[in-house]
Amino acid sequence: MNWANAVLHGVLLGGLYALLATGLSLMFGVMRIINLAHGSIALVGAYMAFLLTEHTSMSTYLSLVIVLPGALVVGYVLQLTVLERSLRGGELVPLLTTFGLLIVIANMLERFFSPDVHSLPSGRIGTASWRISSHFTVPWFDALILALAIGVLGGLHVLLRRTQLGRELRATAADADTAELLGVDARRVYAVATAIAVATAALAGVFYAMRSAFDPFSGPTQLIYAFEAVVIGGLGSLWGTLLGGIVLGVAQTVGAQIDVQYFALGGHVVFLAVLILRAVLQAGGLRLLPRGAAA
Amino acid sequence: MTLLRVEGLEARHGLLHAVRDVDLEVREGETLALIGANGAGKTTLLRTIAGAHRPSAGRIVFDGRDITRLSPHRRVKLGVALVPEGRRLFPDLTVEENLRVAAAAGRKGRWTVDGVLETFPLLAPLRRQRAASLSGGQQQAAAIARSLLTNPRLLLLDEVSLGLAPVAVDGVYEALQPLFETDTTIVLVEQDLGRALSVASRVVCMLEGRLVLEGAAGELTREQVTDAYFGLRRGAAA
Repeated sequence: MNWANAVLHGVLLGGLYALLATGLSLMFGVMRIINLAHGSIALVGAYMAFLLTEHTSMSTYLSLVIVLPGALVVGYVLQLTVLERSLRGGELVPLLTTFGLLIVIANMLERFFSPDVHSLPSGRIGTASWRISSHFTVPWFDALILALAIGVLGGLHVLLRRTQLGRELRATAADADTAELLGVDARRVYAVATAIAVATAALAGVFYAMRSAFDPFSGPTQLIYAFEAVVIGGLGSLWGTLLGGIVLGVAQTVGAQIDVQYFALGGHVVFLAVLILRAVLQAGGLRLLPRGAAA
Repeated sequence: MTLLRVEGLEARHGLLHAVRDVDLEVREGETLALIGANGAGKTTLLRTIAGAHRPSAGRIVFDGRDITRLSPHRRVKLGVALVPEGRRLFPDLTVEENLRVAAAAGRKGRWTVDGVLETFPLLAPLRRQRAASLSGGQQQAAAIARSLLTNPRLLLLDEVSLGLAPVAVDGVYEALQPLFETDTTIVLVEQDLGRALSVASRVVCMLEGRLVLEGAAGELTREQVTDAYFGLRRGAAA
């Protein structure tokens, strides 16, 4: 692998992180909920696809026809039964609730599916690649995920900007009380937002599980990557999420190019650098030296 | 015909008893001005009628139906709309998007987006601008237009002149004039007594959470109103 190829693979990997981060960004943007169970919910999607592919002759891709509508329903019900109650308890309660959910999900998955490592079949697309030169390859599967991420984000963009539901989502996100005074059922809007978030998480989880091995405790690692992508891209911004995913992916593959061990570290370093840089810009410059000592 | 009937309504903000045992009837088609000093409970009363504030006791009956326990969006669907104090536009949505949110009410009627832009011509050139970029008067017009798009039978206007320049207030009231004359039932909270008396058919005055004076706008003397407003007994003012 050369450097240019590492960057290219990083960009493609960014598609997976963006897909994973979309739901996280949406839920934070609309309800100010930081969903710590997001990675684990993605895993539930992967395990549902695993069940379907193991017990039927369905391909993983076809299983999405069942997994995604199922995820929409789960998200809707999750909001109305659990998250809505926790939202009424103040800002910190949803954080605790979703943390609890993360633990419950991981342990339930372990109980039903054993702690074994699995992987989902990805078919011919999973292994094929374009060979551009001897040092330059584009794996079809990663390109597919990036295209999917752009498609999902584009679809959400159109939904938010061009439809009545989108206007209601944005209005409720800005000021739920006033939206109610205009006839918007804020509970329903929140439930729809969570349904979409859970469905995108499940989609990301299935593709993640086709790309690499997973076990019942893979959720938190995926959560960290999704969270880093969201923060790098700017909280609540959809296209920022794509950019954040790509920056994170490139940082990881370039880190791995330096030394294979630095894969995750590369991402963390860029994440921290962005956090510090943003703090500096907001404060109008961090003063490391006392005033007057400069120059 | 009575459109809204409030019976023994009580509302609190924590320990503060903001609305005390209020009985009120609003007839279809009338414009009722709700006046009173700051902190008299006018805003809380309007918000409780609209469902944005939970009453601690009492009943609210709209068009013969008990709506006391309904959420705000259900009341909007029945035809109760509140233009909240401080405009409360969605800052990142454009003016037109702000207006179109009201389609959530699902009430068809004479108000359409193009219709309100005709009634409030100052908004027409601003329809693609972010609401946050508007001046106070423009925002107030947009907030009223937005509530009208829910095609309400009862429109509650809370301090539409608050924080606006006098010329902007004139503009807002000029645009409201056709509403006062048509069949839309309006309850309006207004600090400016002169203005309240000139547009309303009936006036009620609140003092420390209670209704203390009620009468036809033409029959009340300014003295009666100011006495009730400040809670002065006749003669004690001198």
